[in-house]
Amino acid sequence: MEFIANVQAFTAVAIGIIVGLGALGAALGIGVMGSKFLESAARQPELVPMLQGRMFLLAGLIDAAFLIGVGVAMMFAFANPLLAAVQAATGA
Amino acid sequence: MILDGVILGGMAGEPSGGESGGGLTAYIVHHLTHNTKEFAFGTIHFDSWVIALALGLLASFLMWTQARKATSGVPSKAQAFVELVVEFVDAQVKDTFHGDRRFIAPLALTIFVWVAFMNTMDLLPLDLPSAAITAVAGEEAAHHTYLRVVPTADVNTTFALSITVFLLIIFYSIKAKGGWGFTKELFTAPFHAHGAFAKVVLAIPNLFLNLVEYLSKPVSLGMRLFGNMYAGELVFMLIAGLFMSWVTFVPGVIFQSVWAIFHILIILLQAFIFMVLTVVYLAMAHEHH
Repeated sequence: MEFIANVQAFTAVAIGIIVGLGALGAALGIGVMGSKFLESAARQPELVPMLQGRMFLLAGLIDAAFLIGVGVAMMFAFANPLLAAVQAATGA
Repeated sequence: MILDGVILGGMAGEPSGGESGGGLTAYIVHHLTHNTKEFAFGTIHFDSWVIALALGLLASFLMWTQARKATSGVPSKAQAFVELVVEFVDAQVKDTFHGDRRFIAPLALTIFVWVAFMNTMDLLPLDLPSAAITAVAGEEAAHHTYLRVVPTADVNTTFALSITVFLLIIFYSIKAKGGWGFTKELFTAPFHAHGAFAKVVLAIPNLFLNLVEYLSKPVSLGMRLFGNMYAGELVFMLIAGLFMSWVTFVPGVIFQSVWAIFHILIILLQAFIFMVLTVVYLAMAHEHH
């Protein structure tokens, strides 16, 4: 029982770190890119259509790393393979 | 496990009625189980396979019927839409890839439309397929018929796509540089050296870096699409947990709608990114170092 609680506690912390740090990085990345986009759009408005496409492309790339992290974290929240190993070992 | 107690603690009833007991974790695990079929060569994820194939055929059929009916006069709305998509993809390819794009542009169009179709399955209501199975075959059959409707939320599908792209990268590299040029570049780029001794010393690091570069392409392509779709699907399931109680029913509907609207962006964006990166990689394969 303590083993399971132990694994659950560490998993909860890990999920927090995965989602939190991922969100931090993605938010910083999108923020820097968005500010640069607005700056360059103000400087050269005629380039906006081209820059917008590139910006969305990069937003997707930045977002992907975060969402993969969320996916992994959610897997640990609902079908924790580490917990399954403990349960199998203790026969619970 | 963790959310189980929290959500079930305040549970008033089960309006959805799909699952009988087990709570949110069992609900999610049930929804994340693939419908597998055993074959002589191994086990395949039957649901991803059939749905991906059906959507590919559907997309081809829709585009084909419009292409057949196409007129140079006043186009129908459907024809205008197909033309819009084709011209959009062609413009993207033209921007990135300079050369003969008679194969690359249709490839990009296929990837874009197919991935967009497969991703869009994420917008189907979670329990609609199970409700359909229940209506046709009864509750008992529905409980044992596992089904995941989003083929791109299966890592096998996305890696099948990205490995195909990887093989095309290799093919185009060899086609553009020749078998000898391709092999030579594996050992002499990115660190260029003058003199025989330096070339031999740098061959191993060059080969290692090139292998990492080549292998990172299919892995990042496949993982990006899979991760986005899998996480999106899971968030839908998590919000569906709110439907367990009538108290949280209305917030559940609101959250599902908000996430679905945001997800429309992700669906098209990921299909677009997969397409653009494929074209960029193929364009890189044509360049000499």
